[in-house]
Amino acid sequence: MTASRSDLRLTGLTKRFSGFTAVDGLDLTISQGEFFALLGPSGCGKTTTLRMIAGLEEPTGGSIHLGDLDVTEKKPYQRPVNTVFQNYALFPHLSVFENVAFGLRRRGVKDVKKQALEALDLVELGHLAQRRPAQLSGGQQQRIALARAVVNRPQVLLLDEPLGALDLKLRRQMQIELKRIQTEVGITFVHVTHDQEEAMTMADRVAVMNHGKIEQLGAPAELYEAPGTTFVANFLGQSNLVAVTRSGTDGQYTMVDVGGQKLRIRTDRCSSEGELLLGVRPEKIRLHSAADPVPSGLNQLTGGVVLDASYLGVSTQYLVRMPWGQNLTVFAQNLGIGERFSDGSAVQLAWEPDHSFGLAGDAGAGVESTLED
Amino acid sequence: MAALTPASVEPDELPRASGRQLRTVLLLLIPGLLWLGVFFVVPIFTLAGTSTQTPSGSGLPGEFVQTFHLANYWDAISAYRGHFARSFFYSILATLLCLAIGYPLAYLIAFRAGRLRNLLLVLVVAPFFTSFVLRTLAWRQILADDGWVVSALKWLHLIPSDLAVTASPIAVVAGITYNFLPFMVLPLYSSLERIDPRLIEAGGDLYGTSFTVLRKVTFPLSMPGVVAGTLLTFIPASGDYVNAALLGNTRTTMIGNVVESRFFRVVDYPTAAALSFILMAIILVLVILYVRRAGTEELV
Repeated sequence: MTASRSDLRLTGLTKRFSGFTAVDGLDLTISQGEFFALLGPSGCGKTTTLRMIAGLEEPTGGSIHLGDLDVTEKKPYQRPVNTVFQNYALFPHLSVFENVAFGLRRRGVKDVKKQALEALDLVELGHLAQRRPAQLSGGQQQRIALARAVVNRPQVLLLDEPLGALDLKLRRQMQIELKRIQTEVGITFVHVTHDQEEAMTMADRVAVMNHGKIEQLGAPAELYEAPGTTFVANFLGQSNLVAVTRSGTDGQYTMVDVGGQKLRIRTDRCSSEGELLLGVRPEKIRLHSAADPVPSGLNQLTGGVVLDASYLGVSTQYLVRMPWGQNLTVFAQNLGIGERFSDGSAVQLAWEPDHSFGLAGDAGAGVESTLED
Repeated sequence: MAALTPASVEPDELPRASGRQLRTVLLLLIPGLLWLGVFFVVPIFTLAGTSTQTPSGSGLPGEFVQTFHLANYWDAISAYRGHFARSFFYSILATLLCLAIGYPLAYLIAFRAGRLRNLLLVLVVAPFFTSFVLRTLAWRQILADDGWVVSALKWLHLIPSDLAVTASPIAVVAGITYNFLPFMVLPLYSSLERIDPRLIEAGGDLYGTSFTVLRKVTFPLSMPGVVAGTLLTFIPASGDYVNAALLGNTRTTMIGNVVESRFFRVVDYPTAAALSFILMAIILVLVILYVRRAGTEELV
C-alpha cells in the first residue's frame, strides 16, 4: 500500500464458468474514497465482479490491484476488503456485539470493545449490542452488517445489493444513511445493485454493466442525460427512441428526419455513423394542442394522438400515437397551469434540441421493447 | 422488538382449530397413541413390576412373585458396577471416535462433494443393506492378529508389534464405532448442509482463516447435528451387546451382555429388569446434563 493513493484497479478481469463468460475483460479504476456503483440486470456479471474483488471467486484472467498491491491471488482474509452481503449473512449464533467484533478479534486488534461499540454507534444501534441477529428487524440487521464490515476500516467496502430485502420506505432512508456513513468514514464503497434509482441516489460514478461488460461509465447525471447505448437509455429510466435518417448538419447540430419532420441533435451527443436512433426522455417533452403554435427553436413532432392519459398525482403520463405508428411516452408535471389532454386529443410534441441524443441504431432488441412499453 | 420475532407472532396468526378439526386430529392420533400404549407404556410398567420381584418359593426357574423388593436395584448396582463403568467408557470413546471420523466425512459430503453428494450419502447408508451381525463378524477377520490389516499396521509401526487386537477392548470399541458411524454422519450432514454458505464466506471476508472459520462459525452452527449425532450414537452404544459378544472376550462384557445373560441364560428376570432401569436412568441423566451444556436451544 502506498502512502498516497490506493485506488482499486481491475485490469482485463475475466471470469468464465463452464460454457459462459460472466465477466468479460473488465478494465476499471475506482478512486480512493469514491462511492462507486455497478448497475445492471441480474446475470450481467456485477455480483461476480464484486466476489472476485472480495476474493470469494477466482478470476479466470486479469488482475486486481489495490494501490500497488496485487491482490489477485490473495485469500479473502488477506485482503483489506470487506463485504456487506446480500441478506447480510450475520452469524446467528453470536450476539450483535460479537458479530461486529468478529473481524477485530481475528486481526488481534487491541481495544476490540471500544471499536466495536463505536461502529455500533455509527449505525445508531449501540443499545442492541447484546441482542441476537434474529431478534432484529431487517433494517437493523442491515445496519449491523454494515457496522461489522466498516469497523475493520477496509480500504474498499463491497456492498452486494445491500438494500434489496428492505421495503421501499426503509430503502430510501438507508440510502441516505449509507451515503452519510460513507462520507463519515471515507472508505471506497463499491455498490452492486440492479436498482437504478439506488445507484443514482448514492453513487459518485455508476458503471452500467451488461453481458459481462461495462456499457457506459460516468456520473449519474451524465449517464441519464447522455446515454451512450440503447441498453443504457432503457435501463436507466425510460427513453423514447425513434428511428431517424440523417439529413445533414447545421452548425453544432446534426439534422435528422422522421416521417418528413426535421429534428436536431447536438453532434457531440450523436453517434457518428450508421443507423441512427433519436432518443429523448419522456419528462423533457412538452405537449401542445395541435392547433397551438410551438415556440421556434424547439424540436417539434406533429400529428400525435393521445392514446392514454394516466394521472399519477405528481405527473400525468401520456401515451401518444405518432403518424408512423410508434407510441411515445410523455411525462407532464401537474403544475396546474398547463393544459390537460384527454384520450383522443390531437397533440404535438416539442422539446429542446439539446435534450435529444443520437444512438447507434442496432435497430433491434433494445428498441422493440420500448415500443411495447 | 419482541413482536418481530416469528415465535411471538405466529400463535396469534394461526387460525383457531374448530371442533370438527380437533376431532379429526384426535382421530388421526389414535393409532399412534394405541401403539405407544400397548408397546411402550404397558411394557415399561410390566418391566418395573418385574424389577422388584423375588423368586417364588417353588424353586422352579423363572417363577417370581411381587414383593416390592427394592433392594434388587442395590444388589444389581453393586454386583455390576464395573460393567456399567465399562459400558459407558466404551460408548463414550466410540462416540468420540465417531465424531472424529464422521465430522470430516459429513463436511466433505456437504460442502465439497459436488455432484458426488448423493452417491456418497448412499454409500454411508449402504452397510445397512447387509446384516448387522454379519458385518460385525467380518470385523473379527479384519482385526485378526494374524490378518493383513493388523500385520500391515504393525509393519508400519503405527501400533506396537506386541499389541493383541483380537478379542480385545480395542476390537469392541472399533466395532461399536463402525456400526454406529452412519447415525453420526447423517445428522451431522443434515445440519452442515443447512448452513448458509454465505456465513462461511463472511467468516473468510472478516479475516478468519479456514481453520478459524471452521472453529468459530461452521462448528457452532452445526451444533444441533453434533448433539443429535452424539446422542444417536451414545444411547444405543451404551446398551449394545452384539459387539462385545462377537468381538470381545470375557473381560470386555458390557451391561447389555449382562442383561442378556441374566434374562436368557440365568433366567433372573428381576435383576435383568433392574439393570435395564438403572441403565435407562443413567443415560437419561447424562443426556440431560449434556444437552443443557451444549445449549442447543439457543440455535435457531
